[in-house]
Amino acid sequence: MSISVTPSIERSLPRAAIGGLTVAAILFIAFVVLPSVGSDYLFEAILTPFLALALAGVGLNLLTGYAGQVSLGSAAFMAVGAFAAYNFNLRVPELPFLVSIVLAGLTAAGIGLIFGLPSLRLRGFYLAVSTLAAQFFVQWALTKFGWFSNDNPSGIINAPPLKIASVTFDTAVGRYLFSLGIVTVLTFLAWRLTRAQTGRNFIAVRDNQTAARVIGVPVLRTKLLAFAVSSFIIGVAGVLWAFAYLRTVEPAGFNLDRSFQILFIIIIGGLASIRGAFLGAGFIVVFPLLLSRLGGELLGGIVDSGVVEMSQRIVIGALIILFLIAEPKGLAELGRRAARRLGGRPT
Amino acid sequence: MEDVQFFIEVLVGGLLSGVMYSLVAIGFVLIYKTSGVLNFAQGALLLFAALTFVSLHERGVPFWASIGLTLVLLAILGTLIERVVLRPLVNQPPITLFLATLGLSYVIEGGAQLLWGTQVHGLDLGIDDVPFEVGGVLISSFDLFAAATAALMVALITLFFRYTRIGLAFRAVADDPFAALAVGLRLTRIWAIVWTASGVVALVAGLLWGARLGVQFSLSLVVLKALPVLVLGGFDSIAGAIIGGLLVGATEKLAEVYIGPFLGGGIESWFAYVVALAFLLVRPSGLFGQKLVERV
Amino acid sequence: MSLSRLLKATALSAALALLPLSTAAFADEQFFPLQSYRVGPYAAGGTGFFGGFIDYLNLINIRDGGVNGVKLTWDEGETQYEVEKGVEVYERFKNHPGIATWNPLSVGIAYALIDRVTADKVPLLTINHGRTDSTDGRVFKYIFPLLLNPYSETSGIINYLGTKEGGLDKLKGKKIVVLYHGSPYGKETIPIYELLAKKYGFEVQQIEVPHPGNEQQAQWLTIRRAKPDYVVLRGWGVMNPVALKTAQKTGFPADRIIGNVWSNSEEDVIPAGDAAKGYTAITTQASGAQYPVLQEIQKVVYDAGKGNLEDKKRIGSVYHNLGVVNGILNVEAIRIAQEKFGKRTLTGDEVRWGLEHLKLDPARVEALGAKGLFHSINVTWDNHEGDGLVTFQQWDGSKWNVVSDWIAPDWALLRPIIEKSSEAYAKEHNIPLRTAADADQVTN
Repeated sequence: MSISVTPSIERSLPRAAIGGLTVAAILFIAFVVLPSVGSDYLFEAILTPFLALALAGVGLNLLTGYAGQVSLGSAAFMAVGAFAAYNFNLRVPELPFLVSIVLAGLTAAGIGLIFGLPSLRLRGFYLAVSTLAAQFFVQWALTKFGWFSNDNPSGIINAPPLKIASVTFDTAVGRYLFSLGIVTVLTFLAWRLTRAQTGRNFIAVRDNQTAARVIGVPVLRTKLLAFAVSSFIIGVAGVLWAFAYLRTVEPAGFNLDRSFQILFIIIIGGLASIRGAFLGAGFIVVFPLLLSRLGGELLGGIVDSGVVEMSQRIVIGALIILFLIAEPKGLAELGRRAARRLGGRPT
Repeated sequence: MEDVQFFIEVLVGGLLSGVMYSLVAIGFVLIYKTSGVLNFAQGALLLFAALTFVSLHERGVPFWASIGLTLVLLAILGTLIERVVLRPLVNQPPITLFLATLGLSYVIEGGAQLLWGTQVHGLDLGIDDVPFEVGGVLISSFDLFAAATAALMVALITLFFRYTRIGLAFRAVADDPFAALAVGLRLTRIWAIVWTASGVVALVAGLLWGARLGVQFSLSLVVLKALPVLVLGGFDSIAGAIIGGLLVGATEKLAEVYIGPFLGGGIESWFAYVVALAFLLVRPSGLFGQKLVERV
Repeated sequence: MSLSRLLKATALSAALALLPLSTAAFADEQFFPLQSYRVGPYAAGGTGFFGGFIDYLNLINIRDGGVNGVKLTWDEGETQYEVEKGVEVYERFKNHPGIATWNPLSVGIAYALIDRVTADKVPLLTINHGRTDSTDGRVFKYIFPLLLNPYSETSGIINYLGTKEGGLDKLKGKKIVVLYHGSPYGKETIPIYELLAKKYGFEVQQIEVPHPGNEQQAQWLTIRRAKPDYVVLRGWGVMNPVALKTAQKTGFPADRIIGNVWSNSEEDVIPAGDAAKGYTAITTQASGAQYPVLQEIQKVVYDAGKGNLEDKKRIGSVYHNLGVVNGILNVEAIRIAQEKFGKRTLTGDEVRWGLEHLKLDPARVEALGAKGLFHSINVTWDNHEGDGLVTFQQWDGSKWNVVSDWIAPDWALLRPIIEKSSEAYAKEHNIPLRTAADADQVTN
């Protein structure tokens, strides 16, 4: 190990530059190239949900990957974000939509803080199960009190159009770009956070609470902060999911399955990795589509679609296990290793 | 007077519902004790067991033969899980194992439905569910039967662990896996047996729940009822699972009937979790759970 | 590295995006994109409904060579009843040529599609369910909650209880408990029950069962204490058999329990076994395979090995018949529109016109071989529900038997409530109210 330290320091500068270039290239493609070549289907059915889920993954990764607190209630915070944004937008029409989104994030952060309180005393599975309280309580409250959905008789609300100043984003590409902008900003902030003292505190608390306390990390405050920040980001992801993607908000869409889905994203993508959330989300969004489409094309004539779908469930479950066994650090690590191999090759 | 009767009725009904939760929770405890895994696939296992039994039975296989065949399948499944999932993941942090069981639940659910179809089945265990009254309090005969079954099962499990070699080995592993390994116990075999045992518990629970709900996909959702029981009772205590179940069942029903109307009803879905949570703040490892010792 | 990965993902997605175009339709075809659900918790309903729908389309193709020579085609996308999968399927198929209508049979998916179909000018059919205020065609141009919306269902149930008691005035002083699923769907009819209770002078108590509803001890003990004359079950999925089982356990007779449209299928009662005997539920389409149209489906489609149901025993079941009726309404709307626009592939907006002139009187229904299966329908530009009548069926332990006449809900009472809600929606979304003249303006 120690032998490799020197060269890695030497190489670290160019590598950072390469990393920056890669990010710039991805952003260029995402902001400029894709909008001019992609189809509606690409934006509406793949990229927009991908962005929302990736953002939720980034949020959960801060909490679970970096700070080591497992949460099974992510979908609840998405729901809080979505409903809060709807209500801010509805009840205070003067608010610019972006401000509504920030307020929605803050609301989610507040709720996250409350449901993060047990983390001060509970560990491991006891904590994981207690976050389920958030999952069920939030869903119940949103369904129960008609006020949240503006007393709409069916409890499902139609999302208002996305608007910044006087520009309305009401095309497929528009909604995509809107989401992309928000995701880019928040991801950058999250990335900064992980590099700052706060991020190091998160990791210290995850790795060894007692040791963290000894070196002067405020453990309790760090845990609560992790819950708040993570819920903020997940809440905004909920706004995107409801407003940019589905364009309808209903509590049932934010169920336990969604929470698990986000958890899968960060496992498959890689814990404690911002990039991992994106890779994981890409996998979770694209892979089932691919599987069912391919399955449908190849086996469509032979077996009925039910069998294809069922097999898809099995394959996804098996892949999760496989990842945990073969690559517990997820796609991000897989990529890193591939890159190292490429970079290590004599040129 | 009528109010008192009603209160008792709700209480008894709640306690008996609680037994049904305990049944599911016991399956979790068995696995948690030996391998430190919160096995989220227990619900899927329950679905698989009940669906397999019903499908065999509907195809004309006699009752006990179906039970036997299902048990054989569960044993195979348990061994497979140990071999394919647990063994490669040994020494991984508990959370990784937990997530693996989430994946496992997808595989089992999908597999069970692929094998037996998505039809909804009725399940008649031949117990008439006619209520009878004791001093004006209505009691369900089916629930009593379920409670008796649960008691019998717990007794059998206790005997098994107290008086058989495997049971002894199990306890040794639960106490200290490293010491158990050191004295030459074969961990992997014990795991396979424990998974099979929890499969048996899943079959019993699946049949009783299946007789109530019908055998269908939603059967796997009963785990959500068992989780607060586990938190309350402690993940590693069978006694805790039973007492936790009774407590959750009773408080949940009483809350729904007496507090529910003030909140608009339907509070059962989260009330148990809140109770468990409030309780945990006082005792972070549940009623009977082992204290978490933090090693540095 | 991430770049190549992204490029790869992009290429992949592009390939995916191109796929729908490769199945482009030719000549005279009318296409039905099906957002079906054949797996997941609600698979039983999905296989029945979409099976019936496809069976009827097949019957028209095989027996008649399509509608006036226009072949009916379809393709399925699995949704598992999940909204986001439904949206994906919508985006996948929406550019397919010659789309007639969308039929998701899911309230959640239907909601997500309202804006989309309106922009794309293709009708969205939510037979028997859906958003109540979309009945108002003045606001919801492309949404059709055919035959029965949730409010009409509520009124139909109360009217039935009235006839059972010997007149609506006899409901005075009676007590009815509504046991509803803890979801937006379950809560939707709360104000309507309150309204009807006030109007007819009965007492109503509404009790929520939290999702999924596999535990109902507390609710039924409360019911036992309340001693109601009837319990209306507004259930969903596993909640229904558990309700019937728990009713038996707490000594409440099944023949005093009335189910709504999501509690009326075989899948809802079979798991409850004997506890379901005597249970009665509302329906817009009677079950059974004795109707001529179902006989023909058996003969023409199933005997040719083209039937969609795996289990032939399910022919004539509640969901299968709902699918068949849905097929009839679709095909007849197309036929009516063809009279006006020509016997060719129609645009979505032309089919919308056909739906807004979809009038099938009992004679026409009989000619279609569906006498007794459903009563009649009369959709107009401003009434997108179409005055469907309801009937009630009782479960005898092995099948449903019709136990009532065709009953009309109190539409006049409900219309103002619906209009209030739809007008609020129109205002919120800046939609001008349509007029009769607008109905005849059709875009291609």
